[in-house]
Amino acid sequence: MTQRRKALLAFLLGPGAGWLLLFFLLPGALVIVYSILTRKDGGGVEWIVDFSSYVKLFSPTDGAVINDFMVIFARSLWWAALTSFVCLLIGYPLAYFIALQPAHVRSTYLFLVLIPFWTNFLVRTYAWKFILNNNGLLNTLLQDWGFERIAIINTPTAVLIGLVYGSLPFMVLPLYASIEKLDFDLVEAAQDLGANYLSVFRRIILPLTAPGIGAGIVLVFIPVTGQYIVPTILGGGKVAMLGNLLAQQFGPALNWPFGSAISVIFMVLLMAAVVFYLRSENRDGEAGL
Amino acid sequence: MAATFDVELRTVTKHFGSFTAVKDVSLGIRQGEFFSLLGPSGCGKTTNLRMIAGFELPTSGSILLGGKDVSQLPPFKRNVNTVFQNYALFPHLSVSDNVAFGLEMKGIDKAEIAKRVKETLEMVRLPDSGKKKPNQLSGGQRQRIALARAIVNRPQVLLLDEPLGALDLKLRKAMQLELKELQRQLAITFVFVTHDQEEALVMSDRIGVMDHGVLRQVGTPAAIYDRPADRFVADFIGDTNFLPCRVVDHRNGTAHVQVAGLTMSASSDQTLTDNSSAYLAIRPEKVQLYGPDTPHNPNEERFAGVIVETVFMGTDTRYVVELAEDIQIVVRQQNRNIASTRFALGQTVDVGWETVFARVLVS
Repeated sequence: MTQRRKALLAFLLGPGAGWLLLFFLLPGALVIVYSILTRKDGGGVEWIVDFSSYVKLFSPTDGAVINDFMVIFARSLWWAALTSFVCLLIGYPLAYFIALQPAHVRSTYLFLVLIPFWTNFLVRTYAWKFILNNNGLLNTLLQDWGFERIAIINTPTAVLIGLVYGSLPFMVLPLYASIEKLDFDLVEAAQDLGANYLSVFRRIILPLTAPGIGAGIVLVFIPVTGQYIVPTILGGGKVAMLGNLLAQQFGPALNWPFGSAISVIFMVLLMAAVVFYLRSENRDGEAGL
Repeated sequence: MAATFDVELRTVTKHFGSFTAVKDVSLGIRQGEFFSLLGPSGCGKTTNLRMIAGFELPTSGSILLGGKDVSQLPPFKRNVNTVFQNYALFPHLSVSDNVAFGLEMKGIDKAEIAKRVKETLEMVRLPDSGKKKPNQLSGGQRQRIALARAIVNRPQVLLLDEPLGALDLKLRKAMQLELKELQRQLAITFVFVTHDQEEALVMSDRIGVMDHGVLRQVGTPAAIYDRPADRFVADFIGDTNFLPCRVVDHRNGTAHVQVAGLTMSASSDQTLTDNSSAYLAIRPEKVQLYGPDTPHNPNEERFAGVIVETVFMGTDTRYVVELAEDIQIVVRQQNRNIASTRFALGQTVDVGWETVFARVLVS
């Protein structure tokens, strides 16, 4: 490689590499290091190696095999899974519908899907609070139409609604991208060979759009596990997720090493999940498209 | 009761918005027949095929398969299979799974499926390709697999939508013969869509020529070639001389016309009006050139002219002969012997043809 090419590569790759180093690798390393240091009263760490955070994370609380932290872990994973599933149920037909529209209409629909991003997520979540409040829009309407009011704010249902609402575009976009690439002649070919609508979907459309489903799930699942705003505002702090636990450790509890240990364990879990996904993707890619 | 036709279209019309793709087409295709729908792109031939397959529903009229009205049935309830122009093989399935797809949908047991898939892959001469994915095959191989995927189901009718269009010339010629042979073996009715007139002539038992959504003529390749029903058919299939003429008189399908002062005899299936203008159509190879003092054949009419152009084309020579001012006729003579090439530019010759090959076409 010539000197000039090297210089050009450094120039082109430098900013990206620097960004990753500064804002991804360094903080990540910091979190890992902090997780094995000693807690300092009033926040921060003492530079003394101490694995007690991990011990605390995995030791059972009196009587119960699973401690409270594990409950929050499990809840975060479960809700992330539930959110992904609901987003998929709503997002797939929507993405399919958009992909079937004529080209000029498609971009309008995609624009509509993206419009919520123009407003701050915090503001939008507060808007949901006003809708779901006991005296909010939903209950006012229910009452006007002669139904019982429902207590929905500060329940898991409210949190789920908020999570699905916030994540839906991240599901719709990759799904749209893969459905739009689908060759609809294949649908006709399958029907021609005797496949009814359900079989066509199961045997042709679903496997061929699986990469979009995978990408959508990854894009929804991972951010949702770390959600902080939605459970705080719509769950009223009663339904803690991982984000709330972290905020508590770094905030009121002032236990930075423990907060870091939680982050590390979660990072490992999610990375394992993504690696698993990418590997299965590659296998499909090699054999299929 | 045995149906008269395997496929029957009764006054079928198809609109797409304000566009009429198929206009009042009635057609019967017999069991075991190799039937081609021929026409330029946009003539409605593919729409016709898609209506038989069930991908499009006719706006009016009905479609019968084996005498049963299937006009409103979805594709998966019709006992027909299609070979698509771009093959439409399932990219995520192996060749075997592609071929097995239709049988699986019918719920046939696994052992029987495996046996029939194997047989069919042998039939299309790709017995070892089962484990491959479609993207590992060449264009010609994909074409065979698309064919295998359809015929493994033993459909009542096989629909082929320009299946050879994407192949190069040599492979296409080989596949034409192979397809024809396969059709003979299977004795399945083939409905074959093509814009290639030569392909249609070579392969078909009968041809339906379409233009602008209208079925112009149905007949054997020889009938369509030798007795085109109208100007479009005469023009679309093969080369034809069109000599502008005036109808002098007509009776029982035979007419006399005037071409720039020359009176010629010709046949016609169209409704003629005396004294109206029309065209006399005659194919270049039906015309014979004669030197002076050649004995006269009683079935022929002869006219004198001057050779104004000659092009040597290997197997034959193409001459342009001027019969009168602005009346030129193209003649093709096989280069059978030395005598065949004796005509030279500027030479005065006689042109003659058997009157059965001359057609009067009004439109």
